[in-house]
Amino acid sequence: MSTTASNPTRSRGKAPAGEKLADWADGRLGIYSLAKANMRKIFPDHWSFMLGEVCLYSFLIIILTGVYLTLFFHPSMNEVVYHGSYVPLQGQLMSEAFNSTLHISFEVRGGLLIRQIHHWAALVFLAGMFVHMMRVFFTGAFRKPREVNWLFGFLLFVLGMFTGFTGYSLPDDLLSGTGVRFMEGAILSVPIIGTYISFFLFGGEFPGHDFVARFYSIHILLLPGIMLGLVVGHLILVFYHKHTQFAGPGKTNNNVVGMPLLPVYMAKAGGFFFLVFGAIAAIAAIAQINPIWAIGPYRPDQVSTGAQPDWYMGMAEGLIRAMPGWEINFWGHTLVLGVFIPLVLFGVVLIAIALYPFIEAWVTGDKREHHILDRPRNAPTRTAFGAAWIAWYFVLLVGGGNDLWATHFHLSINAITWFVRIAFFVVPVLTFIVTKRICLSLQRRDRDKVLHGRESGIIKRLPHGEFIEVHEPLSQEQLYTLTAHHQYEPVEIGPTVDENGVERKVKGTEKLRAKLSRAYYGEGNQIAKPTVEEYKEITSGHGHH
Amino acid sequence: MSSQDIPEEKLPAEPGAAHGAVRAADEENPFADPGLPPHEHRIQDIDERAAKRSERTVALLFTVSMLATLGFIASYVWIPNDKSVYIFPLGHISAMNFALGLTLGVALFCIGAGAVHWARTLMSDAELADERHPIEASPEVRAKVHADFKQGAKESAIGRRPLIRNTLLGALTLVPFSGLFLLRDLGSLPHEKLRHTMWAKGKRLVNMNTNQPLRPEDITTGSLTFAKPDGLEEEGNEEYQTEIAKAALMIVRLQPDNIKDKRELEWSHQGIVAYSKICTHVGCPISLYEQQTHHVLCPCHQSTFDLSDGARVIFGPAGHALPQLRIGVDSEGYLQALGDFEEPVGPAFWERG
Amino acid sequence: MKKLSARRRHPLAAVVVLLLALAATGGLYTAFAPASKAKADESAQSLTIEEGKKLYEVGCASCHGAGGQGTTDGPSLVGVGAAAVDFQVGTGRMPAQQPGAQVPRKKVIYTQAEIDQLAAYIASLGAGPSVPTKNQYSPEGADIAKGGELFRTNCAQCHNFTGKGGALTHGKFAPDLEGVQPKHIYEAMQTGPQNMPSFPDTVMPEKAKKDIIGYLNAVNSDQTKNPGGLELGGLGPVSEGLFAWIFGLGALVVVAVWVAARTAKAKKS
Repeated sequence: MSTTASNPTRSRGKAPAGEKLADWADGRLGIYSLAKANMRKIFPDHWSFMLGEVCLYSFLIIILTGVYLTLFFHPSMNEVVYHGSYVPLQGQLMSEAFNSTLHISFEVRGGLLIRQIHHWAALVFLAGMFVHMMRVFFTGAFRKPREVNWLFGFLLFVLGMFTGFTGYSLPDDLLSGTGVRFMEGAILSVPIIGTYISFFLFGGEFPGHDFVARFYSIHILLLPGIMLGLVVGHLILVFYHKHTQFAGPGKTNNNVVGMPLLPVYMAKAGGFFFLVFGAIAAIAAIAQINPIWAIGPYRPDQVSTGAQPDWYMGMAEGLIRAMPGWEINFWGHTLVLGVFIPLVLFGVVLIAIALYPFIEAWVTGDKREHHILDRPRNAPTRTAFGAAWIAWYFVLLVGGGNDLWATHFHLSINAITWFVRIAFFVVPVLTFIVTKRICLSLQRRDRDKVLHGRESGIIKRLPHGEFIEVHEPLSQEQLYTLTAHHQYEPVEIGPTVDENGVERKVKGTEKLRAKLSRAYYGEGNQIAKPTVEEYKEITSGHGHH
Repeated sequence: MSSQDIPEEKLPAEPGAAHGAVRAADEENPFADPGLPPHEHRIQDIDERAAKRSERTVALLFTVSMLATLGFIASYVWIPNDKSVYIFPLGHISAMNFALGLTLGVALFCIGAGAVHWARTLMSDAELADERHPIEASPEVRAKVHADFKQGAKESAIGRRPLIRNTLLGALTLVPFSGLFLLRDLGSLPHEKLRHTMWAKGKRLVNMNTNQPLRPEDITTGSLTFAKPDGLEEEGNEEYQTEIAKAALMIVRLQPDNIKDKRELEWSHQGIVAYSKICTHVGCPISLYEQQTHHVLCPCHQSTFDLSDGARVIFGPAGHALPQLRIGVDSEGYLQALGDFEEPVGPAFWERG
Repeated sequence: MKKLSARRRHPLAAVVVLLLALAATGGLYTAFAPASKAKADESAQSLTIEEGKKLYEVGCASCHGAGGQGTTDGPSLVGVGAAAVDFQVGTGRMPAQQPGAQVPRKKVIYTQAEIDQLAAYIASLGAGPSVPTKNQYSPEGADIAKGGELFRTNCAQCHNFTGKGGALTHGKFAPDLEGVQPKHIYEAMQTGPQNMPSFPDTVMPEKAKKDIIGYLNAVNSDQTKNPGGLELGGLGPVSEGLFAWIFGLGALVVVAVWVAARTAKAKKS
């Protein structure tokens, strides 16, 4: 097995120290084989491909700052009297968790900064994941072979929400305590087992003495541990699949065009980590977040108006605020639909997001690999779905912040709630229709541009007096880019009668797929891209139309 | 689903895909892929002075980062932790937090900016292409793996000896139950705990603000008072949070004529009504009392209850009215409870009924 | 100082409007009109009920009735006391400008002397809380921490943790308490203006009121320290989330565009 002896050309002993170290490591870890495939790996340049990096780096920042915070935080609900330096709380009873958070904020030098970086980075992390997912969705980057990575990313988003929520609850302040109370109420609404789950989670009745310690291990160990594994898997798959790219000259489904990892992306991506960290540190220097001293310690009989969760739970908050108070009592039991339906809806929406790639793959029936990204306009139905979902999400965010909308825009909170209840159904439909129309007209414009050239703005008068606008023909690069996308034909239900004349039973799923496929790719749902024949007919001889 | 498979030739061609039918490098096709455009030079590639300028910019950024880190250390050492400064438009802020954050931010950001500027202006910007290879294994590899697996399975004889297989499955199915049982002591069982609070017949209503028992004459019309049961002290009482989470009380006085609900009137004392402060939706302490309308609003999800009508829900997501506490006056003239709440306070749950 | 707080709020509010593309609702957004603080005339002149009555007949009687007995447009003022008048007129709420969900704070149109005269007249109609003395409402000597606890128990549910205000039903709201004079806060607790419940001395003693004022003075004034930086309106996670999206993610996207953009070519025509 020894390969060292078989390599006499290697001038041992004279190699630089770094090379020797690398040789040593290669003999044990095989790093050269890894490096061969990856050191000059090509990454395409596009700003939207860096959104995932925003998430990765903010996740790293959260871990770094989080470890620092654990050095000072006491996850205990024991009652103590505050004797620290923040005057408006001196002498107040509070839990040790709250007390130690005050200690981090006021006595530990730089502690407040790290707390704020941790929290701001968490908000940016979730926002980054949201936008990153949108990018992947609207460009169709979730298609084969990347469905699994979509699931990994989706799980990261969901786990990120719950990690954020448990972390937000740790200081045991009045705002987060109200959030935990809400969670307890939501759990209680679960039929049959809800009460038991609540008692097991809180170690008895709410709030008890346990939830901070339990949330602590969930927040710093369980969820981040899973997330770290998923992040590593996510990145390995990105490397393995190689990055997607937009269509363009020289960019095909069989290659990836861009810059090498070493040195360009090492510098760009490595540098981007520092840029993200630097920007978040500056934000933490400038803007205050979650000032728990102003909020006060948690007491279950106290509350403040404007009790909201962090933004990523805003959708759930909107659902719960807009829901009518339905409650059914039967045979000595209560079905708390007013709380349980939003809870279920929250889960259903998440699952729908997770499954979308598989649904679309089923509708198209396409089993090939896709490495060229779609422009959103070229997938009108998908884009319209995405836009409708974002609009729906936004409606719920409005619902989740209805009290602040009311005070800041001088509206009635009841009117806003009613608006949300109606918009919940209406806005996604409208957005779907409008977005689809916009996509189709953009497709038409692309088609016109290919066939007739770009409008130059120059008006010419012909000898017989007619005015025309001069259209400049596109370059071949542009022609290729605008026609590179593929267009599916709607799937038809196959012949219902086989060669022997025996009638075949058409399955319901088959009908459904044909119907969906028509909705995606049927007439009127996409604009046929120009063909070579059309182009030639128009450009040959006739000049400009 | 195999009956619904779509033959590949029916699917539209991918750009550059090997099975793409039309793509030939013919001059005739105006939409053909012209290939990667030729590399163009940047100013830094052809003008050494420009490259030198870039080099200096990068070095300057790295130097600024070093200075900022020194600034960070200096701020940490010399700025008093409790010093407050006024900075427009931020307000009165901690000098330490501001200085540390900005210096750290600049130190980090400049490293990143330097590295990116270096990459953008001095490293080669020639576009390169990597070939992609199908993720799927070749048919030979596929066949080999399947054969290996079958061979392995055969050698294990798991198919031939169902007794082993079935007992193993049984053991593996049962073993997680130990873990499930270990979770049992996470908490006590609910029993009737959610149905009872500290309130009982004869418990005086103690003012949260003064810790003194309340008299009917203390409560004026239009006022709002919060109360807890006599004997519930915050200091040194481990169960305070759990008890107050159920027992918190909201007391208002209405004109008896304004009370629409008959039972509410019966359970009141001279128009003084006592309701649970805990919202029946998900348990927020509801107490946004509008004294002219007699409505209380929950700040969390805007459930609105009409205190003059049995605290029934008039808006929002709550499913049932706030529980009322039956009150009276004891021999010394203090307000007292005439029993516990007759229904569970707080959010509804499955066993509530 | 009012200017400052308005400015501090401004960029955020503007961005909210921009981001949410709610140009239509822009018109609804009106900055808090700076309430000019009528300099209290310390040397109160001898108040005569007669003069107050004259002022009342001109400015108030149309809604509250000639003798203060109330009409359909305004409640009876018998027994509301001088403190209620001092609060309502001293904060500019009265005389009301237009009917609406709630009468907001606005520019004070009477001098303190006139307000005192009006108050004396109303007080003469029936016994009610009198205007508190400086000693009662001054934040000096207050137990701030106790005040904080009282505030969170009695006030925060409507006015927010540090008194930034909040929404009530059907367009009513609990106002922001920044810049409200201690005297007026005291009077509001005593008299329960509009839909605010009252907190009479029998359930919230004078000292407790003083503690609350002391707490508010510490956490919601132009001198309040926000060690972490911009307060973002003190509204909690909603404004923080907006800030994170716009200035956090927004800034990082701008940076990403720069990182990924191709460097300018030398012979670009």
